Amino acid sequence: MLGALLIVFREVIEAGLIVGIVLAATRGVPGRGLWVSAGVAAGVFGACVLAVFAGGLSSLFHGSGQELFNAAILLLAVGMLTWHNVWMARHGREMSRELKAVGAEVVKGSRSLLAMAVVVGVAVLREGSEVVLFLYGIAAQGGATTMGMLAGGALGVVGGAAVSALMYLGLLAIPAHRLFAATTGLITLLAAGLAAQSAAFLQQADVIDVLTTPLWDTSRILKEGSTVGRLLKTIVGYTDRPDGLQLIAWLAVVAMMITLMRLVNPKRPAAMVGSLAVPQAAE
Amino acid sequence: MIRTFALLVVFAALCACSKGGTASGSPPIPLLLKEHRFTPAEITVKANQAFALEVTNADGVADEFDSDSLKREKVIAGGQKGVVRVGPLAPGRYPFMGEYHAKTAQGAVIVQP
Repeated sequence: MLGALLIVFREVIEAGLIVGIVLAATRGVPGRGLWVSAGVAAGVFGACVLAVFAGGLSSLFHGSGQELFNAAILLLAVGMLTWHNVWMARHGREMSRELKAVGAEVVKGSRSLLAMAVVVGVAVLREGSEVVLFLYGIAAQGGATTMGMLAGGALGVVGGAAVSALMYLGLLAIPAHRLFAATTGLITLLAAGLAAQSAAFLQQADVIDVLTTPLWDTSRILKEGSTVGRLLKTIVGYTDRPDGLQLIAWLAVVAMMITLMRLVNPKRPAAMVGSLAVPQAAE
Repeated sequence: MIRTFALLVVFAALCACSKGGTASGSPPIPLLLKEHRFTPAEITVKANQAFALEVTNADGVADEFDSDSLKREKVIAGGQKGVVRVGPLAPGRYPFMGEYHAKTAQGAVIVQP
């Protein structure tokens, strides 16, 4: 039962951490709870569908269907996160000025919220499909330990959600005038990590064959598969044996984010934080 | 709308690029997962040669072939086969596992110089 609990717990916090970052980044934007919830629901639904069709997906594209699908949705999430950061860099100042016009504020906020809902959906889809397959496997096998393991799985979901909520509250503890810069940074690192993961899947699928040699090995210091390692993997894209392509993908996304944000708003993002903090409704 | 279309184009391009078969051209190495155990539990290959593992999941339920050191993770549905291509490796020991049954589903790839 403990084994099932741990497996499910780790998958849930990987998705929950992303949900928490998204919620912190959209704090104050009206209706974001609905959009994020819709993203989670879509992700759960998608996870069930994906679990059902896992076999069929795998056999597509010379057996690389799963890897290509993972690479594609991870890149989609990178795109959405980039769009959010760029959009906030451009419109953050306008949003605070025009918050008097409620209609305009809802429209302006909701486009960014759609992008965030997609990010949340992708994260829940990725981790959720593994949870669904794992729990279904337990249920299908039957036997004396089934109820115990399913209970462990359920506890893992609850525990994972609870820890994710704690991490979100931790983010909220950041003072309002620093929250924007902090979440912009978190989103940048999150996107860079997802890009590095996508690069690994592309190599796994043999789409890209170059730069596959690991550059360094920190598995003695922190194993990527450990709970802390996996959390770090989600937050900053930590991997204990990164290869050249992953490093390039990581750096390229960070560089791209900074460049695009500077292009749409030459003022440093931190300078706009004050304008956002003023009309923030208390959460 | 444009974003979705762009993504589909990228996805299609990626699929068009994906190569069939193993990178090295040699036949895949069979790996059986039955009763949540791998057979053979240890696979020996030569260094700096790409190869492929053909994992047959003879159990009724899905499992995930997962190896941090090989940087491969792949879900294999019950009763199905999955091919895991692995790039040229430096000598060493690379453990892998069936993540959903990690207590018993353990194995390693031993790479010899």
